[in-house]
Amino acid sequence: MSGLRPDLAVIARHVPPGSRVIDVGCGEGELMAVLRDERHVDARGMEIDPEAVEKCVARGLSTVQGDANRDLADYPDDAFDYAILSQTLQTAERPDLMLDELLRIGRKAFVSFPNFAHWRMRLSLLWRGRMPVTRHLPVSWYETQNIHHVTVTDFLELLRLKGVRIEKSWFFSGERELGAFGANWRAEYAVYLLSR
Amino acid sequence: MATVTASSTSSSLVLAHALPLDSGQRLEQVTLAYETYGELAPDKSNAILIFHALTGDQHVASPHPITGKPGWWDRMVGPGKPIDTARFHVICANFIGSCMGSTGPASPAPDGKPWAMRFPVITIRDMVRAQVALLDALGIERLHAAVGPSMGGMLALSLAANYPDRAERILGIATPASMSAQNIAFHEVGRQAIMADPAWNGGDYYGKGKGPDAGLAVARMAAHITYLSEAALAEKFGRRLQDREAKSFGFDADFQVESYLRYQGITFTNRFDANSYLYISRAMDYFDLAEEHGGRLADAFARCKSRFCLISFDTDWLYPTSEMRQIVHALNAVAAPVSFVELSAPYGHDSFLLDVPALDRVIAGFLNR
Repeated sequence: MSGLRPDLAVIARHVPPGSRVIDVGCGEGELMAVLRDERHVDARGMEIDPEAVEKCVARGLSTVQGDANRDLADYPDDAFDYAILSQTLQTAERPDLMLDELLRIGRKAFVSFPNFAHWRMRLSLLWRGRMPVTRHLPVSWYETQNIHHVTVTDFLELLRLKGVRIEKSWFFSGERELGAFGANWRAEYAVYLLSR
Repeated sequence: MATVTASSTSSSLVLAHALPLDSGQRLEQVTLAYETYGELAPDKSNAILIFHALTGDQHVASPHPITGKPGWWDRMVGPGKPIDTARFHVICANFIGSCMGSTGPASPAPDGKPWAMRFPVITIRDMVRAQVALLDALGIERLHAAVGPSMGGMLALSLAANYPDRAERILGIATPASMSAQNIAFHEVGRQAIMADPAWNGGDYYGKGKGPDAGLAVARMAAHITYLSEAALAEKFGRRLQDREAKSFGFDADFQVESYLRYQGITFTNRFDANSYLYISRAMDYFDLAEEHGGRLADAFARCKSRFCLISFDTDWLYPTSEMRQIVHALNAVAAPVSFVELSAPYGHDSFLLDVPALDRVIAGFLNR
């Protein structure tokens, strides 16, 4: 999938052609454009930054400016086959409630997030006693938008509490896809396909 | 870019059939005055219909015949501009009830005398019905887009709801799906100002020299306040005095803002008919797209296949973002393809007329894809 970030590429590959999709926090619409042009998907977007919405509109992508913490409520139940939340869960005011909303408006959901239990993070905390600044999370603690640090194990626990089913999962270190073994140590970020 | 002006063609058409109205009446011999810009493609697929606002007119990008000023959207419409007349055939018609060449209260009734207050009360949907008849007469089945800022957006939304196959794209700017109580209240102040002017004479002032200019000017002054943001007024005028060093201890226009409003009111009376103001503001008050469709706004759009783009301004308190979000909500409920953006601009409701580069980009982006 032409030039997409690896987590987005994996999502694009697994959205069946002809489905209805919402990309929550769609940015300038890179994923939506690929879904539309290469997978014939009816993709809609939600994005908080008006300049990014503008770019989406200029690409012919239907995108609503909105705050995912609040405005997902505007969509009816089962409005989409898939709701996509890429690298945004950790910025949500209430990630647990956002997950509820995703699986209300979408029958299934793709969720990707950075794993804060990656070994580099652990080392940074353990040896340097500093909040990690890594290639994948390059922003210092005081200006990061990541307000809810989550690990693969934490996420699995949340899914268990909510009774959410995991259809599939993928783990990455940089551009490289990893197996599930030791994912909570080895994965820089994870992608899950979830259903109710 | 602003120096390039579109060349326009002024036309006028009498509808072949009587126009049925929501009130149950019929209007015979309806005339529509309209301007066109740019070439119509042989397959007639490149037409954009622009709906003007309350006191606007068909001179969207050509000089106003009375004031001589550039068209009201001259900065938006023309060759190479966001609504590009080198590519699109732009049509803008004066809606019925107005006073710039289309049938309205100042037009002659069948008895040859002006309709005045005998003119039937019309609705936004009646105005749209007349313009659809115009499209029929022009042989334009499907518009590339219908575009409407402010009240024009009500017409664009009404077109989407009532003629769901007529436009590929619907672009609504700073516009609501129904008039709020606050906005009806402002209109009522304006209407009462007109009707309280003795020169209004029950609406029967045509050919009698002087119309209700004082009342109409007050109506315009009240409305004009709603078009601007508090910050814009503070920035433009603050508490500065007009051509004087000190307060006069009288009731002259001491403050610049007073002088400005008075000027807006007086100049408005040179170009607008008071009875038209009554009828058009009434049509806006009656506008409630949900009510027309069984009380549920989403149902209004259930049959519509258009793509939508809605734009609000963060300083617009006349038709605020929250009201436009209700339209987005309704469109989402029927899975209509909709884009929405709230643009940041300091000028209040009037932002749609002014220099807001992001507005230009969103409009061009939406129309060109």
